[in-house]
Amino acid sequence: MDVAIVGVGLHPFGRFPGVSGIEMGAIAIRRALADAGVEWRDIEFAFGGSYEVDNPDAVVALLGLTGLPFTDVYNGCATAASALTLAADTIRLGDHGLGIAVGMDKHLPGAFSADPRQYACPLWYGELGQFVTTKFFGMKINKYMQDHGISHSTLAKVVAKNLRNGALNENAFRRKPMTEEAILGSPMLNYPLTQYMFCSPDEGAAAVVLCRAEDARRYTDKPIYLRATTVRTRRLGAFEVHSPWLPVEETVGPTVDASRAAFERAGLGPEDVDVVQLQDADAGAEIIHLAENGFCCDGDQEALVADGALEIGGSLPVNTDGGLLANGEPIGASGLRQVHEVVRQLRGQAGDRQVPGNPKVGYTQLYGAPGTAGVSILSR
Amino acid sequence: MAPVPVAEGIFTWPSDEPQLIGSRCTSCQIVTFPVQASCPRCASTKMEAHLLARRGRLWAWTTQEFPPPSPPYAGPTGDAFVPFGVGYVELGGEVRVETRLTVADPEALTEGMEMELVLVPFRADEDGDEVMTFAFRPAD
Repeated sequence: MDVAIVGVGLHPFGRFPGVSGIEMGAIAIRRALADAGVEWRDIEFAFGGSYEVDNPDAVVALLGLTGLPFTDVYNGCATAASALTLAADTIRLGDHGLGIAVGMDKHLPGAFSADPRQYACPLWYGELGQFVTTKFFGMKINKYMQDHGISHSTLAKVVAKNLRNGALNENAFRRKPMTEEAILGSPMLNYPLTQYMFCSPDEGAAAVVLCRAEDARRYTDKPIYLRATTVRTRRLGAFEVHSPWLPVEETVGPTVDASRAAFERAGLGPEDVDVVQLQDADAGAEIIHLAENGFCCDGDQEALVADGALEIGGSLPVNTDGGLLANGEPIGASGLRQVHEVVRQLRGQAGDRQVPGNPKVGYTQLYGAPGTAGVSILSR
Repeated sequence: MAPVPVAEGIFTWPSDEPQLIGSRCTSCQIVTFPVQASCPRCASTKMEAHLLARRGRLWAWTTQEFPPPSPPYAGPTGDAFVPFGVGYVELGGEVRVETRLTVADPEALTEGMEMELVLVPFRADEDGDEVMTFAFRPAD
């Protein structure tokens, strides 16, 4: 059974003192319901994702205690992809016809931290200062740059692009463009990545209303079809965050596995995609993920960036709403923010940042610790 | 003021020629670091202790130029923090170990360079004892 998205809603991303994660979730849901033209009481089931909020289902206290089945999910940076996948699968199973996936989070500023033992790592690994996600990102792009000829200025150009796109997005956290020189000149955090080459943990919420594809036109004249959603975890030999050791044998990361499975399920290929949202937790991640998702070969990114191909008006628009670099990363909401943007783009409702040429197929990708990736493919 | 290891069982201690202690699966021969009780490749629980080579080649690297969030980080912070290098060193052609590097200067680090194991002071503990950890330095 095919699944359609008939409503999307967003609480802006940024910092909102005095507003709880649950309240942001309720606002995102209300906006998604209004977008679909339905009431909360019409929603038959929900999946809610969050890192900081233990029980996203508590949002019913702000929306209505209708008794619906509401399941909470957490899957690291792929939390939103998991909520979306489970919501779509629930419709495919035939149990319910109209449901919602919501993500919400409210992080403190600064790098994420946790007890390394919760990630199957020894305590000393954390005590020594190696249980740090940003260090992994620095190491991965540093190796990638040396192996595939990517320059430091290309990293800065990716940040500059995403901040320019963020400036066009009223819901973004960072809306002030920066020069390449200022990005390269900001303090080095993990070589070769400087301060402004990383996104920030922040706050926000996003929600998506889904239904059976055959019912979609009851709610909207612009249904967007969810052609595939996949989640994959790392295999032995992938180069992954929080790894005190790696085997000598190498294999591709979970993003590659999730991407291939999604394209196969959708019956589409990278050449069919018109607008792309990638996990750009740092500038290097956008570069690497372009290749891991099949949109170019390793090393081609240098020319793609230089030629402006990744710009809103380019041949392969990437992170048109500013991505994580401009929006920050409220973990539970981040992937549904990507879906929100793709839906707006495919409906032709993206305003100043609308991709020209009437885009038909959109793509989203998430990646995070300890080696989890999620991909979705959407089309008109 | 006696030096103590940052954790038991991750390197031979005391030792003039310290080695990292990993484990090897007796079924599929994969080598892990540190010791783990089950095999991440074949799921066997028959793992044996295995000492790792003291020299190897740098496979990937970066620098840590800000104090990591604490906890779990237990080292010097604030003005006492000193940036350090981090990388994976491939040992004996059988495992890549993530490790501190004694060098944090990007100009002095290159993929493939020869590295060797050293024990270095990490911090002082509550008793004033020097806590030692493993690191790799460029080999002569």
